[in-house]
Amino acid sequence: MVEKHTIIITVTNSPGVLARISGLLFQRGYNIESAIGAPTEDPDIYKVILVVQESDEHIEQIVKQLNKLIGTIRVVDISHKDNYIVREYIILKLEVQQKNRTDLLELARHFNAHAIDIETDHIIMELSGNPRKIDRFIELVRPFGIKEYVRSGEFAMSEYQKSKKGEKNGD
Amino acid sequence: MKGAEIVIDALKKEGVNTVFGYPGGVMIPIFDVLYSTPEIRFLLTRHEQGAVHAADGYARSTGKVGVCMVTSGPGATNTITGIATAKMDSIPLVILSGQVHTNSIGTDAFQETDMVGLTRSICKHNYLIKDVNDLAKTIKEAFYIARSGRPGPVSIDLPVNVLNSKVKNYVYPENIHLPGYKPVIQGNPMQIEKLARAIERAKKPLLYTGGGIISSGATEVLHGLLDKTQIPIVVTLMGLGSIPYDHPCFLGMPGMHGTIAANKALTECDLLIAVGVRFDDRVTGPLHTFAQQATIAHIDIDAAEIGKNVKTHLPIVGDAAHVLTELTERVKPRLKDAWNDRTEYWKEKFPTRYEQKDQGTVIPQYVIDALNQVIDPEAIVVTDVGQHQMWTALYHHFRKPRHFLSSGGLGTMGFGLPAAMGAALGNPDKQVVCITGDGGLQMNIQELATCAINRFPVKIIVINNAYLGMVRQWQDLFWNKKYSQVCLKRGPDCPQECRGLDEHCPPDYIPDFVKVAEANSVKGLRAAKPGEVLPTLKKGLQHTGPVLMEFLVSREENVYPMVSAGKPLTDILTGEE
Repeated sequence: MVEKHTIIITVTNSPGVLARISGLLFQRGYNIESAIGAPTEDPDIYKVILVVQESDEHIEQIVKQLNKLIGTIRVVDISHKDNYIVREYIILKLEVQQKNRTDLLELARHFNAHAIDIETDHIIMELSGNPRKIDRFIELVRPFGIKEYVRSGEFAMSEYQKSKKGEKNGD
Repeated sequence: MKGAEIVIDALKKEGVNTVFGYPGGVMIPIFDVLYSTPEIRFLLTRHEQGAVHAADGYARSTGKVGVCMVTSGPGATNTITGIATAKMDSIPLVILSGQVHTNSIGTDAFQETDMVGLTRSICKHNYLIKDVNDLAKTIKEAFYIARSGRPGPVSIDLPVNVLNSKVKNYVYPENIHLPGYKPVIQGNPMQIEKLARAIERAKKPLLYTGGGIISSGATEVLHGLLDKTQIPIVVTLMGLGSIPYDHPCFLGMPGMHGTIAANKALTECDLLIAVGVRFDDRVTGPLHTFAQQATIAHIDIDAAEIGKNVKTHLPIVGDAAHVLTELTERVKPRLKDAWNDRTEYWKEKFPTRYEQKDQGTVIPQYVIDALNQVIDPEAIVVTDVGQHQMWTALYHHFRKPRHFLSSGGLGTMGFGLPAAMGAALGNPDKQVVCITGDGGLQMNIQELATCAINRFPVKIIVINNAYLGMVRQWQDLFWNKKYSQVCLKRGPDCPQECRGLDEHCPPDYIPDFVKVAEANSVKGLRAAKPGEVLPTLKKGLQHTGPVLMEFLVSREENVYPMVSAGKPLTDILTGEE
């Protein structure tokens, strides 16, 4: 079954690591929906969070191939795990008229979205939350008129205590 | 200590005494150190592709890491085919390439290419070293990564200023810190136990083994397992030599040009024990038709290979030698039974055969078969890629691991001669025979000079049909004999649409390989009649220096048996009426 999978890859922090990961997926014909890479609390460790839309067999192969990269310490597909906090961030530029501005701000308040900049013809808003919430917000503001938005892509963290460094696989 | 000196010292610490390569501007600092390093033999080839294949042939035949050293830009890009060849066949190489000054990287400087970017998908790992202090650690890691786990090529890009920079307190590191890289060696005992039980239950067990047996040094263990269980075995191209050709359990090579016995066994078996193989499409045919009756067990050191192409019922991640040792201990002895009889019947009923008449043209299979009569049983046989490669796989009498070298996964034409040269350098006491075609040889023919000048006594057998024979065979069988751009005699006077031989066919063979050999101080011999084959082989093998023996063979001979691309292994063309 083809569905969206979120994969957390813990790697040693070395130049080109993001290129290695994205190159690997591209080379084997898999599409990346989003990818975030950033350093962590440990300067030697870097985390990459990928969202890919593939079948279960392909995901298994992706996880194995990612594990094979020399710098990879751990690869976890968190799609079917509920002990992860998954977040995404979005900035939107929305068209707005005098008459419906209050409605929009009311909607935003409900979602805990913040207006960063308010102009006569548009509002720039930011919102963070789980990806479903973001999708829903986008749908609800669409009738107002979306000029532009940028999404960060997903990032995630386990609710549990951090496992030891140097362990591959497992949870 | 200077970076360039560190590189050479690191090579010595890794036990390297042979390096293959070609110099160039940014690498002069290293070559300057090599100038006064007699402990390292540098083989100057005539092309970087020759160097990387030679390092590969050296690695395949000796089991050591092959080292290749080239300059930046074109020097680096010329190694690409060789690196990809080694990656596909899991051969340990370390490729040291020069790079422009770190300040110039990204400016399209003279002879700059992004080697890390170029090799990313074709090597096991790669590095660009920007700080001389990382040099020793990186080289240590590179050798470790190349030779451990599933072996493979590792590329290191060396900017010229790193080679010229100095380190104050240089010590070659003792330990490696690679938190993410821990190859699994021991297989899971529970899984091995399950496999032992499955073998007892199976009515038609079959071993399917490949290059992993050779790279893990599992040959003897495998023989032990066969002695105890008598399980019939098929061996892939990469594994040839791990079982002697006349072993009673050996059914031959499986796949597209496999033996009928091997393919029938794969189709009928009820337990398939795959070891150190990757279910290549040239072996399996369409996956939904492959080994349908069988429970599939797969032993491999690379977890990503398991389940990649076929659904595996019994996965065992681990080193072949370790897993097979434990399996042999756990499995109950098995006697030959009806299944063995059946596979032996197939072997007898469907032998791979050819017919050589006393008069007329030489049949290429006959040349390969006749070689068995005169070749040293300890000889290393290297092939190029194409029809001659498959005939060698089918007719040569393989005896030992690391004595048959061939580009399997990538199918690289031009591999043969340089790889044979590397094998000759690594095995000065052994006869090295290179079986090649007129197409493949011409792809790296410049290395004849390297052989001659270094007195490598490589015995080159050219199966010359003046065709790119394997492609011609496909055009013959599946493309209505439209021989498009496969004829090496084709000239401006030939008809646009040629379907093979006719009176218009130019008589000359160009080049004259005997003359090319002689021009390179390599002895040249030629045989064009069946009666000349054996005497030519004898004469050539007896000659002390390098020899090129050209065999002008019947031009339109096809390799059989053959399973057409996209057809199941049961659908075999035999070429017989």
